Order: sequence, then C-alpha cells, then structure tokens
Amino acid sequence: MTTAAPAAATTILPPRRLIARTLGAPGAVAGSIILAVLVFGAIFAPLLSPFDPNATRVCPRLAAPSFTHFFGCDLFGRDIFSRILYGARLSLAVGLLTVAISLVAGTIFGMVIAFLGGRVDRIGVRLLDVMLGFPAIVLAILIVAVLGVGAFNAALAVGISGIPRIARVIRSATLTLVGREFVESARAVGASQTRILRRHLLPNLLPIVIVLGSLDLGGAILSTATLSFLGLGAQPPTSEWGAMLSAGREFMRYAPWTMIFPGLALFLAVMSVNLVGDRLSHVLDPRASGHG
Amino acid sequence: MAEAPLLAVESLSVAMGVTPVLEDVSFRIAPGETLGLVGESGCGKSVTALSIMRLLPNPPGRIIGGRILFDGTDMLSLDIGALRAIRGDRIGMIFQEPMTSLNPVYTIGDQIGESLIFHRGMNGRTARSETAKLLDLVGIPAARNQLDRYPHELSGGQRQRVMIAIALACRPRLLIADEPTTALDVTVQAQILDLIGRLRHELGMAVLLITHDLGVVAEFCDRVAVMYAGRIVEEAPAAQLFKQPRHRYTEALLHTMPAANPPGRKLPSISGTVPAPADRGEGCIFAPRCGFAIPRCANELPPLTEPPHRLRCWNPA
Repeated sequence: MTTAAPAAATTILPPRRLIARTLGAPGAVAGSIILAVLVFGAIFAPLLSPFDPNATRVCPRLAAPSFTHFFGCDLFGRDIFSRILYGARLSLAVGLLTVAISLVAGTIFGMVIAFLGGRVDRIGVRLLDVMLGFPAIVLAILIVAVLGVGAFNAALAVGISGIPRIARVIRSATLTLVGREFVESARAVGASQTRILRRHLLPNLLPIVIVLGSLDLGGAILSTATLSFLGLGAQPPTSEWGAMLSAGREFMRYAPWTMIFPGLALFLAVMSVNLVGDRLSHVLDPRASGHG
Repeated sequence: MAEAPLLAVESLSVAMGVTPVLEDVSFRIAPGETLGLVGESGCGKSVTALSIMRLLPNPPGRIIGGRILFDGTDMLSLDIGALRAIRGDRIGMIFQEPMTSLNPVYTIGDQIGESLIFHRGMNGRTARSETAKLLDLVGIPAARNQLDRYPHELSGGQRQRVMIAIALACRPRLLIADEPTTALDVTVQAQILDLIGRLRHELGMAVLLITHDLGVVAEFCDRVAVMYAGRIVEEAPAAQLFKQPRHRYTEALLHTMPAANPPGRKLPSISGTVPAPADRGEGCIFAPRCGFAIPRCANELPPLTEPPHRLRCWNPA
C-alpha cells in the first residue's frame, strides 16, 4: 500500500550525471558523435562550405564527386556538399521548431484537460481522437494547404499534427499525478490551480516531455523533409534535403549522387537523433534503469 | 466550551454521488483544544477533515447540508480565493502518507518555504531562514544543511516532520492531522505525537486529530468524538470516555484494545462489518452488530444528546 509504483518518471539526475549515463551505451555514443558532426556542420556552414550553396555553375552540371566537389554537383552546377551543410541548418532548425510546437502545445493541452477533468477532459479526449484519426502526414498536408507552402509553414503544420500524440501521453501521465497526495497537500496549503499546474505537475512531467521530444525530433525532421519533397515545404532555391532529393529524382540513373548524399544526410540525422532519444528514454525511465 | 469555538461543524451532511457518507455530523473545537475523531476505516473521518478544508473532490463528493464555521467565518460560503487564503495559513493539514505527500522534484526547503512565499509574501531569502527555523522546531537536526535535500533522501519519520513543518509554517490556529502516524513505525509514532503535542502548547493551536488508534487518543486528546458509519455516536472528555464509555459501540471498541485485555488471551473483536453507506437502515446503524440492541434500535434513529457527554444510543451502558 505504501509502495505504489512511481506513476511518472520522476528520477532526479543532475545534468552531468544524466549526460554520463546517456553516453553509457555504444549506440548512444555513435548517435551523439554523428549528431555533433551534423550540428557542427550546421552552425559553421558558412565557414566550412567551399562554395556558395546557391551559386549556379560553380562546376559542370551533374558532375560526379571529386576532390573539389566532394559530393558532386546538381543540375544547375551547384556544389552538393555546400548545399548539404546549409541543408543541415534548415533541417535541424525546422526539426527543433516543429518539436517545440508539438511539445509546448501538447503538454499544455494534455496537462490542463487531465487536471480539470470531468467534461473538459471528455471533450478534450474526443478532440484528440478526431485528430489522431488522420494520419499525421495527411493532417500536415491539410494544414499546409490552408497556410500556404514554405519551410516555416511546413514546420508549423508538422508541429500541429504532432500535438495529439504528445497531448495524449501527457494527459495519462498527468492523470496518475493528480491523484497523488502531494497535489492534495499543495491544495491544503492554499496553492492555486495554476500554481499546482506550473510548480507541482509540470516539473514531474519534464522527464516524459524530454523523452517525447527526443523521440519525436527524428520523425519531425523526416516529416518536414517529406513535405519539402512533395514541394510543400522549403521552396527553391533554398537548400533543403527533402527538396534536393526531389530535384535529383529525375537523374537518379545518371547522377545518383544527387540523391544519395541528401538521402544519406537525412538518414544519419534521423538515426543519430533516434539513437540518442532511445537511450535518453531508457535513462530517464525509472523502471528501465532500475531506479525507482 | 464557554469560549467561542474556533471551529464549529454543525449538522454536516456529505454525499458521494447520491450515497450519503456523512449524516448530521456536529462538533466544536475551542481555541487550543485537541479533539480526537475516532472510528473504523470508512466511517467518514477523512471525509470530515477534507470537508472542513473544502478539499473534498467534487464530483463525486458534495456537501449537502450543514455549516462549518471557522473563527466565525462560514467556510461553505467562501469563494475559492478566500478559501486558499485560509488553507495553509490559518488551518494547517497533515496527511497520512508522508512518503507521497511531498513533491519528489523539489527540495524540502522549497516545499516548506512555498506557503511562506505566497501567504506571507516573503522573498526567497527570508523564507529560507524562516524555513531553517521551522526545521529546527520540528526537530530535524542541522536544519540549515537539510534544506537542500530531496524527499527521497529522508526517512519516513523525517518526512512526516517536514510535513508538520509545512503545515505549521504560517502558525495556523487549527491543525488537522489525518492519521499522522498510521504509516510510521511505533517508536517513530510516539516521537511524532510528542512533537505535535509540544508544538500545540508552544504555538497555542487547536488540533483535530483523526485516528483509528484509541491508544493515541487516550494519551493526546482533551475530548474524543467517536464516529460510526458517517455519524457521531458519542462525544465526551477523553478521560470520561475511557473510564465510562456509554455507547455500546465505544464500549466494544475499548474492549478490543490490547491494553484492556490480559496477555495470552485472544483479543475480542466486534462481529459483523460496517454496513455500506447505501445499506444503512432506518434505526441505529450499529444495531445489527450490537449485543444490547432493543427492538426500538432497529426502527428508530436515536438522537444525539447534549454536551458535555453526547450520546446517540437507546440503550446506553
């Protein structure tokens, strides 16, 4: 009776130990290294890229990879390596923005409906069910159709379509927390509803929010790239991995590097983020790591 | 009872959904007095405590009648803002379960200081030094070093001390202690009760002690109210109640105390079980289990007599 299983992930780890524990598995180490390289490339793209990513005719059209053009050239004679570096900037930024939108909105929504309960909760859950009824990518396309194309709108669309999944998980985690005694004792000392939400529930949900965010980031990068591939995201001449894949599609047989390298970049980005996210969720889950 | 009562609960009735769980519960607590509220599990003790604080989850809980006067204010007519101003400031509350009543992600210093910050408008630094004093007061040694510890680093007894420090932070006039020692082992129980008793004198506060442990009540309370199935069946000064219980339920309850029986003999028990709230009949609710029931008991609910020894029984001892 007194030893109820911890309802939510409430392991408290100082950041330094969290990082140390996260890096305790080879997959996570590999993921972290790849991610670090990508982030480094994204941040220092202007310094690292040998050519202007949008300058045409810096090399022969569809030229094969060489020592001056590491990843070859595209149809307009642009340097693919430079475009990939700049593309990393866009993909990572858009991915983060997307996840931020889903997490903030989803967490607030899920927390509030669970906390208020009753009719608010019932209506909220119905709403989530309706949103979950659509495949996320279809919902995202629908939203882009309303908002118009563009990298920012694509991020917004994927972000919004990710809200219901986050909200649902956060709602159930909150439900297990609102019944806990410390919420009642917070009420007993006169804490207001908003104070309980902000000071008592949110910090207890943070480990879950972090895990959800890290697991969603890979999907978010892929989804925004998908929208760009379909021509609904970043518009030419912006260098974006999905758009580059789409542009290279026609020359796949003669100049495969126009597709291989953006595809590889996308694959590595998503994989590294997922490896780190998986490990993080393992470390932050008290049951999996043996810390209750 | 000459003084104006600090807390007066008058004919309080509470329902869970459509099922009545408290019926016509009345008692008073004078300033500085300790009232013990005793009864079996599920008899409505905690519901009473939560109702006083207006913390009863609604739905399903609903106060359907009666009044709760705290220091002359009708708690049932207050809006939520006024209630929050009273909770934690003028009425403190300690819960049964010290293991889970503290928020695992904050240090104990933060949690004790919280109500000082929002009831007293203190800034972080003054709240911190006040918090250290409070920890001293509840007997946690080297208080200043303990402020930054997390609940999981403390033992059960220490956590209950922290809960007490939280409840007492604003020097409340009334402390509601809902089974404060149930989850603790016996030696720690005695320490915690001593602590509450000492602080009651030092701070001059009244205490409503809810418990099912008659030994605790005998030691600790000025007056005792015995509850059975949502009603108060007997209420008297503690010494009198223990020496001369009049309600048959109280009598039976006292017989079950280990101290009242010679060692080596099997402890007596009260046969039968408490009827579910929905199955309470017309008459005295204890009648089906009572060895002294007379025909009237089954049909007619006995009224509660007047103080000082209040009683709800047709055939008292």
